[in-house]
Amino acid sequence: MSEPTQNEVLDTEPTHHSEHIVSPKVYGVIFGALLLGTAITVIASYLELGIFNPIVALAIACIKAVLVILFFMHVKYSSRLTKLTVAAGFFTFIVLITMSMTDYISRAWGLW
Amino acid sequence: MDSQAIATQPEHGHEEHPPYLRHHFATVEQQRETASFGMWLFLLTEIMFFGGLFTAYLIYRNWYYPAFVAGSHQLSIFLGTLNTAVLICSSFTMAMGVHAAEMKWRKPLVGWLLATIFLGCVFLGVKAVEYHEKWEKHHVPGLNFSTQDFTHPSAQYKEEPPLPPDMAAKTQVYFSLYFAMTGMHALHMIIGVSILLVLVVRAWAGAYTAGHMTTIENFGLYWHFVDIVWIFLFPLLYLISRHQ
Repeated sequence: MSEPTQNEVLDTEPTHHSEHIVSPKVYGVIFGALLLGTAITVIASYLELGIFNPIVALAIACIKAVLVILFFMHVKYSSRLTKLTVAAGFFTFIVLITMSMTDYISRAWGLW
Repeated sequence: MDSQAIATQPEHGHEEHPPYLRHHFATVEQQRETASFGMWLFLLTEIMFFGGLFTAYLIYRNWYYPAFVAGSHQLSIFLGTLNTAVLICSSFTMAMGVHAAEMKWRKPLVGWLLATIFLGCVFLGVKAVEYHEKWEKHHVPGLNFSTQDFTHPSAQYKEEPPLPPDMAAKTQVYFSLYFAMTGMHALHMIIGVSILLVLVVRAWAGAYTAGHMTTIENFGLYWHFVDIVWIFLFPLLYLISRHQ
């Protein structure tokens, strides 16, 4: 067996980014899905859903954001390093928001 | 970004590499991965930055919900939806621009970038119309604000219940957040369009279709990020309880 070349070694690393060109067809489908999501979120805001109005609005926004991140921003086709970086960022953001909200919710704890 | 200047310095004679590959990277792929990683770290700081604004919004919305509903109903849902569509279109044209750069098509790349600039300017134009309307209706906190529309709803909004004066004053919190969030977003758009103008000139000269296109790819990440911020701003600012 011959020594692996430098490129072959790099190919096995978690930072390896395999060359992948996303086809315009995929962009077109995601584009359509984003416009559809916009239409749905506007229609849903006119319906009486009680406490589910903001939940539905945020759920649709999250789905749209995930579509943009995965396909337009190529994260679906990126290396594990990039995926981990993006996931860590959003996870940290959710932790910070949750901790802020637990503070505000519990400020008047037991006073009512 | 300026790999040409560094890579063509004469002092390193060993190991040949193309001019667009910086000396300290083993492969173009590694260089691209490094640049992309750095860009994502920058975008994470941006998430934290806008995240602070979103958290402030969340807390005040829970405290002063009726004021947020009344304030939100003053926004034009048509213009908001139009701008959302325009921004999604601009994200699509930017994605197609990245594709053109990957395929090393110079003229299509310039075309898609110009389309992105155009759509970005349309977005900013619509935003300016909205801001102007806010000014005329005295809804700009700190500069030109009156609670008149909320304590005594005009005939145009007569289905709106009038707010008590203390809650009506809190609509300023809503409009402050509205201007802070859409204003910061618009600033990002202005910066984005400015960078795009430079990219178009350089793309026309063939800077991104000869060697690598990391700059275009990373700018695409920035542009899509700005789009994502708007995807959240739109339902949160424009669509609060439209059914009421």
